[in-house]
Amino acid sequence: MLNIKNLKVRIEGKEILKGIDLSIEAGEVHAIMGPNGSGKSTLANVLAGRAEYEITGGEILFEGKDLTVLAPEERAREGIFLAFQYPVEIPGVSTSYFLKTALNSIREHRGEVELDAFDFLALAKEKMKSLHMDEALLHRSVNEGFSGGEKKKNEVFQMAMLDPKLAILDETDSGLDIDALRIVADGVQQLRDEKRAILVVTHYQRLLDHIVPDVVHVLSGGRIVKSGDPDLAKKLEKEGYGWLLEESGAVAGGGN
Amino acid sequence: MKTPDDELKTLADQEYKWGFVTDIDSDTIPKGLSEEVVRLISLKKGEPPWMLDFRLKAYRHWLTLVEPRWAHLDYPPVDYQDAHYYSAPKPKKKLASLDEVDPELLETFGKLGIPLSEQKMLAGVAVDAVFDSVSVATTFKEKLSEEGIIFCSFSEAIREHPDLVRKYMGSVVPYTDNFFAALNAAVFTDGSFCYIPKGVRCPMELSTYFRINQAQTGQFERTLLVADEGSSVSYLEGCTAPMRDENQLHAAVVELIAFDDAKIKYSTIQNWYPGDKEGKGGIYNFVTKRGACRGRNSHISWTQVETGSAITWKYPGCILLGDNSVGEFYSVALTNHHQQADTGTKMIHIGKNTRSTIVSKGISAGRGQNSYRGLVQIMKGATGARNFSQCDSMLIGDRCGAHTFPYIDVRNSSATVEHEASTTKIGEDQLFYCNQRGIDLEDAVGMIVNGFCKEVFRELPMEFAVEAQKLLNVSLEGSVG
Repeated sequence: MLNIKNLKVRIEGKEILKGIDLSIEAGEVHAIMGPNGSGKSTLANVLAGRAEYEITGGEILFEGKDLTVLAPEERAREGIFLAFQYPVEIPGVSTSYFLKTALNSIREHRGEVELDAFDFLALAKEKMKSLHMDEALLHRSVNEGFSGGEKKKNEVFQMAMLDPKLAILDETDSGLDIDALRIVADGVQQLRDEKRAILVVTHYQRLLDHIVPDVVHVLSGGRIVKSGDPDLAKKLEKEGYGWLLEESGAVAGGGN
Repeated sequence: MKTPDDELKTLADQEYKWGFVTDIDSDTIPKGLSEEVVRLISLKKGEPPWMLDFRLKAYRHWLTLVEPRWAHLDYPPVDYQDAHYYSAPKPKKKLASLDEVDPELLETFGKLGIPLSEQKMLAGVAVDAVFDSVSVATTFKEKLSEEGIIFCSFSEAIREHPDLVRKYMGSVVPYTDNFFAALNAAVFTDGSFCYIPKGVRCPMELSTYFRINQAQTGQFERTLLVADEGSSVSYLEGCTAPMRDENQLHAAVVELIAFDDAKIKYSTIQNWYPGDKEGKGGIYNFVTKRGACRGRNSHISWTQVETGSAITWKYPGCILLGDNSVGEFYSVALTNHHQQADTGTKMIHIGKNTRSTIVSKGISAGRGQNSYRGLVQIMKGATGARNFSQCDSMLIGDRCGAHTFPYIDVRNSSATVEHEASTTKIGEDQLFYCNQRGIDLEDAVGMIVNGFCKEVFRELPMEFAVEAQKLLNVSLEGSVG
């Protein structure tokens, strides 16, 4: 589904990603781990199309199509979803209005009929229920005054509503207490199926106890220095990144 | 890949869609302003001597005044001799009913979406339409008169209700008030008059649409609205003009009077031609609007959505004379391209336990300059007075400006005055967040700005809130880049 070949990315003149190769197929869950400043969030944001990143080499193919020529909203309509590390507040805009607009623009792109307010609300309530989230969130302004946990839950809820082909979770576990982490992780688990690919970007292993990935990649200094099974994540949790960086000879760099 | 800037630049080519000119035969007097012109206007309108006398006093006073230059506005000096002060569509014959209005005119109002024709009765809005200088038609007059409500053009009020006009005209905004109020009093050509009798709740929204059509014509209309004891009324005005290269002058006066327990809700959607992207042309909008809460428990609420005009200079205010009276001001002012606005309110607390609320939302985009200027004055006798002010500014792009000039004058120690202000920049982060959910840039900007203005829009009558949101979205197009 997603094929990244020798991807090089710069921001403000500084090279952050120095040649990434990564392939993810439908139904797979991949985790990207790595120390601070290794380029994890850069990769997540480049896939979503954030403008300030400059792609200087390589290619990104999504379902065989060149992703780099598409605007962020076109990528979203093609089925790419990014759960933000820092979800943005939009005062005065209710979550239901925001999400209905988003969903209908995606449905229009897919050639499906728009959902009216009633159908939308029914769908939203159903998803809320299965995710064990509070319906009141729908009527609040997007992320405004939300706690850290509520913001991340809202990201997972939006993901469930928009039903993406490729879901990218950028440090979704950061700032969550144990209970919120469980709700968020359970939500992601529910969305795991054979048609969807999920890319989990995380600093810590604890999220991967709940969402057990198929493959774990370690990103350091703008390169993937090691890939392996979930045991790799456990080893990193216990021993840190030091041994790996020595083994690979990579130098931590970049910054985000 | 297209960047947000590229896309918004493309949208910038959107034209002002109300910019058409109606080809209609007009009776226009030569350019220039003099005592003879003032007499000519009065003569053409067949006015009684007391009205001419009022105009002449105002004109002579105006000659002693200089144009105010304290506002945060930058524009070349206005040549007051280089405009026509009277222009009227030439009627084919005297109008007896709406059916006889020039079809060209009706078509124009149709384009503007004004429910002028009787068929549109279901729209439930009574409309007075002012075209250049003359009020063309007032709908629903009979239905309103059953309730004892007077709603007519100002000219007709001078003829039919001289006692009311003489009693109240100039009592809230005297011709000595300021330069533009004096000019208006001298040369105003028409406008709307409304009187709601004791205890009557006006059963429908009243509305006036103003349209400048003729080139190089100044528009000076006057609105007088009196709500007698225990009555209530909701009034809306809208305005548009054709696109022209030269600047046109608009100087209106609005006076509101509320007696004991009366409530007036006055809403404005101001969409005069704002000039082109380079700042050429557009209306100079110098307006004096003021309401007097004369009675106990009276209530005046101003809501304005200001998206048009090259220059906006207006401060709708309330004089809170009656004990327990309430004044409110809810404003959205948007400046895009080269537009400049200096707008806000004045709340003068005189009576005991008077309350005022100010919510101002300024949006600056392109090279727009947006200033909030407001006065909250608590006089000595205003024991227990309260004011709450909230002034929020939003910046779109990095070439625009937002400014706040609050004046607070408290002379009674029991008063409570609160002022909150904020400035936010519409963020790349917010836009990217929306884009990432599949929402395109245009919708995202509209959504974020509308969210910002929500507290004001919810004060508008329902059917106009939708119109205001659409207008804001159109005015925002091409706002970044």
